Amino acid sequence: MTRTVSMIAAALAATACRAPAHPPNPARGWRAFEDVVAVLQSPRCISCHVPGDAPLQGSDGHRHTMNVKRGADGRGTPALRCTTCHQDANNDALHAPPGAPDWRLPPPAMRMAWLGLAPTALCETLKDPARNGGRDLSALEAHLRDDAIVAWGFHPGPGREPPRLTQPELIARFVEWKDAGAPCAASNPDDH
Amino acid sequence: MPTTQLVVNGERKSITAEPRTPLLWVLREELGLTAAKYGCGIAQCGACTVHLDGAAVRSCVTPLSRAAGKQVTTLEGLPHGPLQAAWLAEQVPQCGYCQPGQIMSAACLLARTPAPTDAEIDDAMAGNVCRCGTYLRIRRAIHRAAGKETTAP
Repeated sequence: MTRTVSMIAAALAATACRAPAHPPNPARGWRAFEDVVAVLQSPRCISCHVPGDAPLQGSDGHRHTMNVKRGADGRGTPALRCTTCHQDANNDALHAPPGAPDWRLPPPAMRMAWLGLAPTALCETLKDPARNGGRDLSALEAHLRDDAIVAWGFHPGPGREPPRLTQPELIARFVEWKDAGAPCAASNPDDH
Repeated sequence: MPTTQLVVNGERKSITAEPRTPLLWVLREELGLTAAKYGCGIAQCGACTVHLDGAAVRSCVTPLSRAAGKQVTTLEGLPHGPLQAAWLAEQVPQCGYCQPGQIMSAACLLARTPAPTDAEIDDAMAGNVCRCGTYLRIRRAIHRAAGKETTAP
């Protein structure tokens, strides 16, 4: 009997822990998303999340040298694939190609381009499965957490500036935004 | 020191070297295959281009570990055919230093795109720099190798 009561109490406590302490707060969620935007539009992410056919390079976002192009599958053109130069890991030499497993751009049919988007437009693009590779918010979180090329952005090798947040900080801010209802504006239009 | 097994120009090789050793070092210093050239050492010029399982790679930044168990082809191992003949017919090389890399990239292009357009050639070859400026001859030679009639400008 005592054991049953404690099991019920534990179950109730677990339920209580899962429930949000407060109702979703769009304003707070939006502030978190603005931090996410700062990462997504940092040079390490935006260089490949571009609308055009060429990736960018450097902190100034210049066009990738050697006329490198996205290609049919996002992995370059014949004889000039991303992996012609980019390896599975960074090269220690300054100005040598950075590296991570499966170095690539988004494919041409799903460009996931964020370059130049205002935060609200970026938010809507990010959440739209038709424009984000068919991902829901959990899959986006998994991409940020588990994809090796995302992890590379936070350890980009010599001469490259990492984003403002660390990867754990980015994920925390993303989750905060998601748990606040993933708002794409500072306040919910339905409130007005 | 670990040992890495790979196949170079059809021959099995066992290389004892640090896995991070650039493939170019192994080819030139260990195996005496000197067609692939050291140009910049940071994948900016293309002079060191070889094939790894048929794909063009810059061997100066490709660690030996990436080549483990794979087929490496250098210019020495590229079957002689229309590509080399076209290079001679068009008298492409001047100083010649970049040409092994140029030919390896061209071979990779033609394997995937047998009749490339000018634009496709430019896209594929843009990572191979030629200080002598033989780009137009390279383009003509690739067209010739692809069986397209060429005329000198």
